[in-house]
Amino acid sequence: MAAERAGSGGGRSRKVAKKRDHDFVTGTSYAPAPESSAQVKIAKSYDLFIGGKWVKGSKRMKTINPATEKVLSEVAVAGPKEVDLAVKAARKAYNNVWKKMPGRERGKYLFRVARLLQERAREFAVLESMDGGKPIRESRDVDLPLVAAHFFYHAGWADKLDYAFPGRKPQSLGVAGQVIPWNFPLLMAAWKLAPALACGNTVVLKPAETTPLTALLLAQVFEEAGLPDGVVNIVTGAGATGQALVEHPGVDKIAFTGSTGVGKMIQRALAKSGKKHTLELGGKAAHLIFDDAPINQAVEGIVNGIFFNQGHVCCAGSRLLVQEGVADLVIRKLKRRMETLVVGDPLDKNTDVGAINSKEQLGRIKGLVAAGEKEGACSWQSGQRLPGKGYWFKPTIFTDCAQSHRVVQEEIFGPVLAIQTFRTPEEGIEKANNTPYGLSGGVWTDKGSKIFKVTSAMRAGVLWANTYNKFDPTSPFGGYKESGVGREGGLHGLAAYLEI
Amino acid sequence: MSRLSINKTYKLYIGGKFPRTESGRYYELTGKKGEFLANVSQGSKKDFRNAVVAARKAQGGWAKSSAYLKGQILYRVAEMLEGRSDQFVEELRMEGRTAAAARKEVETSIDLFVHYAGWSDKYPALFSSVNPVASSHFNFSNPEPTGVVAAVAPMSGLLGLCSVVAPIMVGGNASVVLASSERPLTAITFAEVLNSSDVPGGVVNLVTGFADELLPVMSSHMDVNALLLCSDDAKAAAGAREQGAENVKRVVVKPDAPLEESPYHVMDFQEIKTTWHPVGV
Repeated sequence: MAAERAGSGGGRSRKVAKKRDHDFVTGTSYAPAPESSAQVKIAKSYDLFIGGKWVKGSKRMKTINPATEKVLSEVAVAGPKEVDLAVKAARKAYNNVWKKMPGRERGKYLFRVARLLQERAREFAVLESMDGGKPIRESRDVDLPLVAAHFFYHAGWADKLDYAFPGRKPQSLGVAGQVIPWNFPLLMAAWKLAPALACGNTVVLKPAETTPLTALLLAQVFEEAGLPDGVVNIVTGAGATGQALVEHPGVDKIAFTGSTGVGKMIQRALAKSGKKHTLELGGKAAHLIFDDAPINQAVEGIVNGIFFNQGHVCCAGSRLLVQEGVADLVIRKLKRRMETLVVGDPLDKNTDVGAINSKEQLGRIKGLVAAGEKEGACSWQSGQRLPGKGYWFKPTIFTDCAQSHRVVQEEIFGPVLAIQTFRTPEEGIEKANNTPYGLSGGVWTDKGSKIFKVTSAMRAGVLWANTYNKFDPTSPFGGYKESGVGREGGLHGLAAYLEI
Repeated sequence: MSRLSINKTYKLYIGGKFPRTESGRYYELTGKKGEFLANVSQGSKKDFRNAVVAARKAQGGWAKSSAYLKGQILYRVAEMLEGRSDQFVEELRMEGRTAAAARKEVETSIDLFVHYAGWSDKYPALFSSVNPVASSHFNFSNPEPTGVVAAVAPMSGLLGLCSVVAPIMVGGNASVVLASSERPLTAITFAEVLNSSDVPGGVVNLVTGFADELLPVMSSHMDVNALLLCSDDAKAAAGAREQGAENVKRVVVKPDAPLEESPYHVMDFQEIKTTWHPVGV
């Protein structure tokens, strides 16, 4: 991760560090260090995974590598008919097999899945970077280890659910419909599938339109694990496929990760049935830097907060709030640090910032950045040269931002940071909370009591103190306010998939 | 000549004060034999919005007060209820209960507040976790109040009202509660209990009126974080859920009956916050 890279020049003398502001070397370049994709075999086309069989879809769509714009494969588009088939297969598997199976046995399937994923981790990581554009260093060191860990963690819950909720005997819900985004394709699949299955539900999963390949490879892992037919069904497609799944009367629960706009549409669609739902939606996290913070570490935290995964992170630290006395210093250091980021080929092991996931998303980022400039915020970009082909956006910051600017209020979902300042902790907290979102936040200070004051006052579901963008299957994740409903991960995440 | 009794004017309870409805409207409440009981304020959308402002203002301070203090204040509510139990029995009888049923309902309501008073410093421990993450971090999750909660109380009267108010309140939320339109008298008398129990003004606000008029503004209000609807009307529930989506409101629908005592009703209006701290020197 970015934080580790930063430490590479840590042995330099204090004098040099002082002169340069920051103890890393600039102006150097790295020789290409491409990760091999020899292990990855991408089929020409993929069908839908329904009832343990590969079923043709109504149409086909292409999936491309956003770093090269080359077509990787064609995948099936599930229409209402195929979604219906998948829901029926999931219902059958629920009634005939999964519901009746002792938790201990269910868990053993999930343990198998976790182990198989560990064995094939590199293959998955490379495919993830090819289909989605994220740097291999992240898919290899963050996404895949967490994917396996999520299955391993939840596997162990399957026979212990009676201990999870005092005074209650929780029951599974039935068929869960799950719709996941393109920013962490396989990790989001794991976040959704592992708890649902551990809690005794069967699933119909809809991967994102632009990143279907790792979910389809995951289906192979389920086959290898001998998971009973129909326990997991995977239907690829775009928004219409997701809508068909959300509106299907045979689904007992909907879990969605994606934009707040779509989340609200789903909440409305479920109004009549009152179906159980969990929503992980957008965010506009505030990242507070106090004047007593370890500034160099904080700068690494800022970089990790907003440039991790090209800023395609719902909990990205996209609003930087710096205490006035250190604002100039922090911004100066941040700019220098941004110049050292390696932007380019996602499969290069040195790459820090990969490709923007799609042309559409690139357009959205450009639109919001243009709006920021038009509204009078001051933009600055680092000087990397971008590859000719593919979708790219340079790490960008905005200074002189007003609270009402769109770059402060709206989720950009790209490598774009809006910077504001504050004087007192109260002002910092007020600005941090002045948003309809409430997913995450960050605080940097050396003072423990200040951390607790600020993290308790911030209205958000995940707070990172002197760190940022850390995830773990044991740790509940989810938002306040318009950032969503319910939690994923940890003890609290189980509630999403149980009748308590 | 016998003394002429003093009748109570039944008003709303907003921000710790007893205003009349800004709309000037009322509806007549009559007893079993059709006799006049009271002119009840028919609260308006504007009254509800005013109450949300009061609730928002009060919520932060209430959430911050210690669990011990919140517990004592809920216990104080029980004390005040006990002291005025005869008055509640009388009003419940006016609203149609038998003497025995009225007495039972008041006693159950008092005990319910004692029960929830005790949850104040216990549910956070029960529903918190220290999470054994793989990296070198101290990581924990704990419940925090959702914020401002709007509630439509069950029609059943005092017990229904208390069963809605207590779990929302003990969780550190501020509420705006629409009382039963059929049995509003005990609701306003209950407001007097709250007012004399050290409950800070605005933490609980009570509006009388009709759900079909007020539910749409309750479910669509952008500064209300959650809605509890005690109703058997599926259409009303669907409408509330749909309108609640505009600000991703947590909409909880329960049958039109008093809620049983449960910490899970407290948890319906809690958010789990997870905090990460690095471990190191």
